[in-house]
Amino acid sequence: MTDLVLPAAYRRDDAVHPPLLSPGYGSTVLRAPSRPPLLLPHTLTELTGPALGEGRVTEADADLTIPDGGTDGGTGGGTGEAQGQRIVVTGRVLDGDGRPVPHTLVEVWQANAAGRYRHRWDQHDAPLDPHFTGVGRALTDAHGRYRFVTIRPGAYPWGNHANAWRPAHIHFSVFGRAFTQRLVTQMYFPEDPLFAFDPIFNSVPDPAARQRMISRFDMAETVEGWALGYAFDIVLRGREATPMETPS
Amino acid sequence: MTDPGTTPSQTVGPFLSIALPWDDGPDVVPEATPGAVVVHGVVTDGDGAPVPDALIETWQADPDGRFDHPDDPRGPGPVPFRGFGRCPTDDDGRYAIRTVKPGPVPGPGGAPQAPHLAVSVFARGLLHRVVTRVYFADEAAANAADLILAGVPADRRATLLATRDERGYRFDIRLQGDDETVFFAI
Repeated sequence: MTDLVLPAAYRRDDAVHPPLLSPGYGSTVLRAPSRPPLLLPHTLTELTGPALGEGRVTEADADLTIPDGGTDGGTGGGTGEAQGQRIVVTGRVLDGDGRPVPHTLVEVWQANAAGRYRHRWDQHDAPLDPHFTGVGRALTDAHGRYRFVTIRPGAYPWGNHANAWRPAHIHFSVFGRAFTQRLVTQMYFPEDPLFAFDPIFNSVPDPAARQRMISRFDMAETVEGWALGYAFDIVLRGREATPMETPS
Repeated sequence: MTDPGTTPSQTVGPFLSIALPWDDGPDVVPEATPGAVVVHGVVTDGDGAPVPDALIETWQADPDGRFDHPDDPRGPGPVPFRGFGRCPTDDDGRYAIRTVKPGPVPGPGGAPQAPHLAVSVFARGLLHRVVTRVYFADEAAANAADLILAGVPADRRATLLATRDERGYRFDIRLQGDDETVFFAI
């Protein structure tokens, strides 16, 4: 009988994330489980994860401003340009030990410059942009780096409380290497005056952790005469020091 | 141990369906695959109301119990296997994933686990995904020997069991309430 050497487990990081019940964000009240979760040891199911994106993502998918482009069959017509401030959003996907996560799928979605999503339920009285899908996909390169071209999203009102506005943000979905590393988050922009009023941003208990959701203006990533640059690194969970050995 | 450096989770919000669904997302395997079954159900909230803006993701071993992943020390199975399913809920809170039952995967202490799917649930109102597992009610012997199921209070274990029906297996996800689904901290 040989021992099966499993990869090391992933470090738990529950304290970093928002409590599921965060009553300031009204939708959590009926959706947050009321019982504490049961601790699950990391078996091979949790230590592995899907390798997605090869053959599924094209270079064009990283540009949310392409007329008639994007990944959801955007209904843009003609050859016009997306409205708003053109920006480059770039950064690395890292694990908690600072190692890049290469070739992992990054998916983004966002409102347009006016603060409107291309979604049938978005009733915000702001214009849709026929040249902006608000949807992008990319694979990180060998160094864990991704890069999107998009439009700076607008803030928008929502029904959570009186005169509620979401700070401008871009939704990010990242897979990482293992099921344990799966993360969906939101990227914010520096010095947004709406931070203080937003229960979703503030659901993260640690103020220092909140800062990790805010992108950084990066002059080096601007494209002269064309686009501003923002840098946003995403840090997924790291591993425990020692591999686990189990008899097999 | 808390990792001080990780990026916090945020909700997918109500508009995830412009970005995350794929045409072939619900098809872990193509329709003609021998042994293909549909795992389906409804996601409900604490009032029992359907959740129409959730996303279900599944991850699993192949029928031999292998993962097509570099960290599986046993190496991949003979046939490439995506192992991943993804389906948004519809207006009635329903999802459906077409897959095959996974084989046994080593678990705690090396003992084989009962066939299972790892499940992530994302939704507006969920600030972080919730994680559960689909086990199969018709695997009674394997389930009885499963160490992870054994750690689930007996009166809640049934929330993790998918039951046979005319479409395949029914697995409802109740986010909150007396018969709340068991969720796991991973």
